[in-house]
Amino acid sequence: MNFKNDPRFILATDVGSTTTKARFFGKVGDEWRFLASGEAPTTVEKPVEDVTKGVRNAVREVEELTGHKILNDSSGELGFIMPYRGGKEGIDVYVSTSSAGGGLQMLVAGVVKSITAESAQRAALGAGAIIMDVLAVDDGREPYEKINIVRFLRPDIVLIAGGTDGGDKTHVKEIAETIAMAKPRPRFGVTFKLPIVYAGNKDARDDVKKIFAQDCFDLRCVDNLRPQIEVERVEPARNAILDLFMEHVMAHAPGYEKLMKLTSTEIMPTPAAEGLMIRTFAEARGVNVLGVGMGGATTNLYSYFDGRFLRTVSANLGMSYSIGNVLKEAGLDSVKRWVPLDLSDEVIMSIIYNKMIRPTTIPMTLTDLMVEHAVARESIRMGFNHHKYLARELKGVKKERTISDIFEEVKEEETYIDMKRVDYIIGTGGLLSRAPRRAQSMLILIDAFQPVGFTYIMQDSVFMIPHLGVLTKLYRDIAVEIFERECLVPLGTVVAARGAGNLGDVVGDVTVEHADGRRESFTLHVGEIRRVEVPQSEEVTVTVVPAKSFDFSAGFGKKVSRKIRGGVVGVVFDGRGRPVVLPQDGERAKLLWSWFKAMNMYPESFIRGGGE
Amino acid sequence: MSEESFAYTPGLAASPMTLVTKVRALPIKGEILVKQGDRVGFDTIVGRCYLEGAPYIVKASEVLGVDPEEISKYMTVKVGDRVRRGDVIAKYSAFLGLMRREVAAPVDGVVESANELTGHVVVREPPKLIEVSAYVRGIVKEVIPGEAAVVETPAAYIQGIIGFGGERHGVISVAVSRPDEVLDESKLNESHAGKIVVGGSFTTYEALAKAQRIGVKGVIVGGANIADVEKLVGYRIGVAITGRENIGFTLILTEGFGKLAMSERAFNILKQNEGREAAVNGTTQVRAGVVRPEVVIPLEREVRAGVEGAETLGEGRVKIGSTVRIIRYPYFGAIGTVVELPVELHTIETESPVRIVRIRLQDGSVVSVPRANIEIIGE
Repeated sequence: MNFKNDPRFILATDVGSTTTKARFFGKVGDEWRFLASGEAPTTVEKPVEDVTKGVRNAVREVEELTGHKILNDSSGELGFIMPYRGGKEGIDVYVSTSSAGGGLQMLVAGVVKSITAESAQRAALGAGAIIMDVLAVDDGREPYEKINIVRFLRPDIVLIAGGTDGGDKTHVKEIAETIAMAKPRPRFGVTFKLPIVYAGNKDARDDVKKIFAQDCFDLRCVDNLRPQIEVERVEPARNAILDLFMEHVMAHAPGYEKLMKLTSTEIMPTPAAEGLMIRTFAEARGVNVLGVGMGGATTNLYSYFDGRFLRTVSANLGMSYSIGNVLKEAGLDSVKRWVPLDLSDEVIMSIIYNKMIRPTTIPMTLTDLMVEHAVARESIRMGFNHHKYLARELKGVKKERTISDIFEEVKEEETYIDMKRVDYIIGTGGLLSRAPRRAQSMLILIDAFQPVGFTYIMQDSVFMIPHLGVLTKLYRDIAVEIFERECLVPLGTVVAARGAGNLGDVVGDVTVEHADGRRESFTLHVGEIRRVEVPQSEEVTVTVVPAKSFDFSAGFGKKVSRKIRGGVVGVVFDGRGRPVVLPQDGERAKLLWSWFKAMNMYPESFIRGGGE
Repeated sequence: MSEESFAYTPGLAASPMTLVTKVRALPIKGEILVKQGDRVGFDTIVGRCYLEGAPYIVKASEVLGVDPEEISKYMTVKVGDRVRRGDVIAKYSAFLGLMRREVAAPVDGVVESANELTGHVVVREPPKLIEVSAYVRGIVKEVIPGEAAVVETPAAYIQGIIGFGGERHGVISVAVSRPDEVLDESKLNESHAGKIVVGGSFTTYEALAKAQRIGVKGVIVGGANIADVEKLVGYRIGVAITGRENIGFTLILTEGFGKLAMSERAFNILKQNEGREAAVNGTTQVRAGVVRPEVVIPLEREVRAGVEGAETLGEGRVKIGSTVRIIRYPYFGAIGTVVELPVELHTIETESPVRIVRIRLQDGSVVSVPRANIEIIGE
């Protein structure tokens, strides 16, 4: 293919659980540009049940908007004009990601919950999987209970780990036997064999092979993911999971077989592609990054911290299919606390549950939008807790903790993610990318992550991080170029302190020195948000002298001075302390409106009228 | 302005007459009891199978204090033997019987294995009989031996948006006179026992509780409060995967949560078929491979797909002149006709730039709505 080294036009799609998103890129002069986007509902519903129809509808929108001919309409099947034919006709590359079909749903098992089972979770999550349950010898459940769980869940793939190489084999065989005994049935097809990845004690492989020597299993043995207690190697297991995902799961979803034949490289699970792009960026810049992808069914969290990359997928925390579950897990009060409007519980619940049953609809009113923003904060907050639960040092000793604790607050000292040293937070996903004002995304991300110190916040412009992630497989440089220039919207820097105080107390004295010599000084109070407009192109010097009960990353009461950049929202000084505490009484609504006003988050008339 | 757009909308089916085909599959291989051409009723059992009982693992070698590979030597029963709970299945004895250890069967069942790798003995509970009914009255069109029977019937067919409770059947009884009327408890009485009751825009919790008390088979209504539904099912709903609720009847909401008039089309179909027997299923799965709740009213006339009078349900494409319903506030439930499909993006109240559709509502006013927020209900 003569375009191999020099493509001109690239089409990328993401077949999401709710929406199929097409993104069209082209080379304009010497620069790669994002040209247009098209979206259409994902067509996995009856009577269509063929994802290529949704892809065609999304690409058709790109054609309508650009006048560039992409679809080959010579047959009833989806096809593209490839390679580029000159003028406004054809493309050179087509890539795709997917999270439709419920994504990759896995069951993981290990011997000790806080050792091998936790490593197994990291391996599965790293492959972009949704973890349905974690089985361990010490999980407190009786064998028959575990068997019932396995029978009920119907996972796509099962990952088994346990034991160090050369160590005891008994327990890992026991967990393997439990799974084999349940004869779990996969979700697709009666004749389908359930893929099992064995990544435990290598000396137990022969026994495990005997245990799974039934027709209904497809066993793959890979290197032990905990060969020694202090060593974790998740790559071989993760790669085996990704291979099996392509071979078994994707191929059985409606229409994927047709789609797989059209792509220039293998279809990647959306979270895997999203994570790959964020990791590539963090590595290239040598910075610590937190990322979030807010999907319709799941919330995906990414961290690249001191060279360690971690990706987690919180199943059933999402903004459409799973929006009801966010309410269920967080509790109505947690969602309501972010809404200053005088709405009854029933109205809030109706907005949320009607979105759940009609997941492709979008908010038309500011009230609906505000309720969705409240749910988004809670979804990310819980997803981040889940992430921190796995972002911990390797555990070699048994620690009591149950899976139900997963959305509970993770103590600071338990995770290696130090919020003071997070350089960037990147947000993506429909809700953030489609937020009508960038300030909305910025405050949602601040409220959910609650960063400390000086943190730069960016977001995906029109949701294209997964598209670019899969593109890195073929053209890393092009993907990075588009990512930095066209994809990331610089929102600005948030400056926040750890600590607590009474409303109105002094948090610190702030000075902002602009490049042109202007100086702004003010006192930041508890419960206050101040926004200073600073464009991305400008670098300002911020000096904070905190009160003794507040820490802006240099220590409690210690002065700190930093050069920082602005963005489309500017520099946000967050005086709410950490964690952000919202009062229960009437003060709450007043505070929220003051924050929204400071952020210029919703139309002035709406804020002035108290939401009327 | 384009006259036709690819604003695909899933849409819910509401057809006065169509050909409904139901694949009645066994969960695992078994026996199909009907043959092609057989006439079946709602309750006719078309197939049955035996689901393996739950296995119970006994850590026998550990209890006896012997090596796993020796376990067979200590078994007092053979693999395949039936045992009762408490029966001794393995024992160890030493020093002329002075030292004895025994392992008992944890449940009634069959000894499935004595594993020399792990030293575990598995006792499996007896298999459970699973029977699958025809669900609708009709004719067996096809039999997939050992797996499924395909039942076909000409029928009126309505899909709801979410349902609770599984498959049931009963005679349709319309308890309200208009699709925007509320179903309260005063509209239900003993004569509704065993019937499928049709309400209008909303059902009160008291009406649902009374329906349960009287013993109705189903309630079909436009909307209900989410809190009332949660009170009825007894838990907070997380994801829209329903159908297994044990509420004594099947509840189908045709529009959503809140007070929402049932679509006129669906209401009229139900009204026209009052007195006929219908099958209802509340099973819903709002996920990939979406399943919506349904009402199937088998009709006497022989109809084939494509024949006049039969309607094939298919992909919806919005055109100028399409009749659509708005499915999001502030116009939730409003019905109108598409008058314009602008290609360019428009800014709505939230300030989002979106592709919109202009709709003339029944009161003559024209509103702009995101294309994502409508569903087609007719051409």
